[in-house]
Amino acid sequence: MTWARPHRDAGLVRSYVITEGRHDASRNHFDFITLVRLGAPGLSRTDLSPEMVRVLDLCRPGALSVAEIAAHLHLPLCVLRIVLADLMERGHITTDSTILTSHRPDRKVLQDVLAGLRALPV
Amino acid sequence: MSSPGSVHSPSSAAAGTHLRGDETTVKVVVAGHLGAGKTTLVHTLSQITPLSTEEYMTAASVGTDNLDHLPDKRTTTVAMDFGRVSLSRDLVMYLFGAPGQKRFWPLLADLAKGAMAALVLVDTRCLADSYPIIGMLEDLALPYAVAVNRFDGAPIYQARQLREAMDLAPRTPLVVCDARDRASARNALINLTEYLLTLPETAA
Repeated sequence: MTWARPHRDAGLVRSYVITEGRHDASRNHFDFITLVRLGAPGLSRTDLSPEMVRVLDLCRPGALSVAEIAAHLHLPLCVLRIVLADLMERGHITTDSTILTSHRPDRKVLQDVLAGLRALPV
Repeated sequence: MSSPGSVHSPSSAAAGTHLRGDETTVKVVVAGHLGAGKTTLVHTLSQITPLSTEEYMTAASVGTDNLDHLPDKRTTTVAMDFGRVSLSRDLVMYLFGAPGQKRFWPLLADLAKGAMAALVLVDTRCLADSYPIIGMLEDLALPYAVAVNRFDGAPIYQARQLREAMDLAPRTPLVVCDARDRASARNALINLTEYLLTLPETAA
């Protein structure tokens, strides 16, 4: 990658280090509510960044939404999305949700939401 | 809030909150001006300990899918509270308390993508603060309902006056709610969802 910021300054580990300079991940469309779970078991983790390993450790017991992963790992969403795209590409994670959730819920889902809200104990 | 020195590791904080991964997820934007009760409502309804994400923002409106706005002198971070409600075995609702200031427009636009709707919380003591938020939701074509969060000592207006002041469409739901009360907060979401079901499918 040739992308670089024009004004680098010393300090904390910058987010573009975590993302290895990428700002245009191939699948940069993880929604806040996309559920992420582990993919194929037994893949080698030796070439993964610490952030990638933290995501995998966090999701070992089950799936979490992108927003929950961001909150638990204190990673801004824009950074996490790129980490997730990398993990996905390497087969470490998977998702059942459509990756780009750009459509509003359909009628059937809305009816289920309504039924669920009415049944919610208060 | 946990910090880098916190005794709770991320995995222990997440313990017991994992899902299967094949559930359907929906998101509702809880919008409103500062102090309108967004965080309170999220906390009232959430079945997990409410969480917070941090986003980088610049004053300039930037694309949300690139990292050109990483922290430097021109950026700020904005925290966003959210919670989660399981509505059935297969359906999970996320409630995001969205910052209402205009400079956070890119975050709201990102959040609105694919969102079910927005619930706009309003405190009648600063009613006018909600106008820009309602305007932003209309620009985003995100359906919304308005919930007047009843604060002690806040002026009580008739629904007609409130509708007129906020320039609400006749069909837009206007409800009174107490963000601290589970039944009341739930009721606001029920009103919102009933309204969504009256909209033509093409609005999706």
